[in-house]
Amino acid sequence: MTLRDIIYKLLRRQPASASTARERLQLVLAHDRSDLSTDLLDQMRKEILEVVAKYVEIDMDEGAVSLETEDRMTALVANLPIKRTLNGQIKLLETAKEKKEKSENLEGGLTNS
Amino acid sequence: MATDTRVILICSGKGGVGKTTLTANLGISLARQGETTAVLDADFGLRNLDLLLGLENRIVYTAQEVLEEECRLDQALVKHKQESNLSLLPAGNPRMLDWIKPDDMKRIVEMLSDQFKYVLIDCPAGVEDGFKNAMHASKEAIVVTNPEVSAVRDADRVIGLLNTNGIKPVQLVLNRVRPKMMANQEMLSIDDVKDILALPLLGLVLEDEQVIVSTNRGEPLTLNSTNSPAAKCYLNIARRLQGEEIALIDPAKEIAGFGAKFRRLMQTKIF
Repeated sequence: MTLRDIIYKLLRRQPASASTARERLQLVLAHDRSDLSTDLLDQMRKEILEVVAKYVEIDMDEGAVSLETEDRMTALVANLPIKRTLNGQIKLLETAKEKKEKSENLEGGLTNS
Repeated sequence: MATDTRVILICSGKGGVGKTTLTANLGISLARQGETTAVLDADFGLRNLDLLLGLENRIVYTAQEVLEEECRLDQALVKHKQESNLSLLPAGNPRMLDWIKPDDMKRIVEMLSDQFKYVLIDCPAGVEDGFKNAMHASKEAIVVTNPEVSAVRDADRVIGLLNTNGIKPVQLVLNRVRPKMMANQEMLSIDDVKDILALPLLGLVLEDEQVIVSTNRGEPLTLNSTNSPAAKCYLNIARRLQGEEIALIDPAKEIAGFGAKFRRLMQTKIF
């Protein structure tokens, strides 16, 4: 924020248009650069979650897959909270006993499917 | 084929930002610095480079006849009247757009590379076939843009295409800079554009009425009016292309009078 912006704010004038231009451009470019429709992004999100779910138990509701753009680089950012791995290590607050049962169940489920 | 020939694509995405003017002035500047330079008008639909260079009445053959082998390359090349180091290869008929392929452009550029140190390609606006053909024949690129949202957005599209096609280096020229508007923060700043497009800045060109006067006459600014603000900018860009290190013009210092100090104070970043 510059001195001009502050004075404008005090006088309740519209901010200078350059900052508006900058913000609008950054938004529109993030969209242009990703070049993926929301449908495709949704499908990709679903498939990524399915693959990850083969190996670890994840919280499907909390998981987020999104595109983030910075400096001409667009990154696929996935934030997938892992409940626990399928070989049975507890990641959350679970007792050792439950873990054993659950991992057996899960492994069984995987071989069946 | 001369291996050290620099084949530079001058492109922008959006039309009317100053590609052809930059091509003409860089051509003149490089020729003046002693480099053999060819400018190739790749805008077959709307050719104008001949007009800006004042060579429109001296065209006999064009790139079209060269490709169809109806004439030799040197018959089609139009040498500039005052700068003998500079030659123009005129664009052919708009009907060429129907059949010209990327490899045709490549063939023309290879022929030019035998004779010239610099080959500047004036690219058509847009990101369609005309642009893709020209890009296919190029090694490096200069992206021209203005400090305006539409020009910057289109430049970004073009830069994406250049990157995926392995064109390197890609440098930026910011054209039609109005120092007063920038100081008043009513125009995207140089840093804004540089940061958004994430390209090295080859140079900026100040808005200058003399550009229109020079176009009227068909004499690029760098030919005779070397003291005009834009001409100085073009000459600096040519020298930077040659590897010289020349500091960028600070637009804030280009504003004369009492208002300048006040405007600079208003630009002070508080947080």
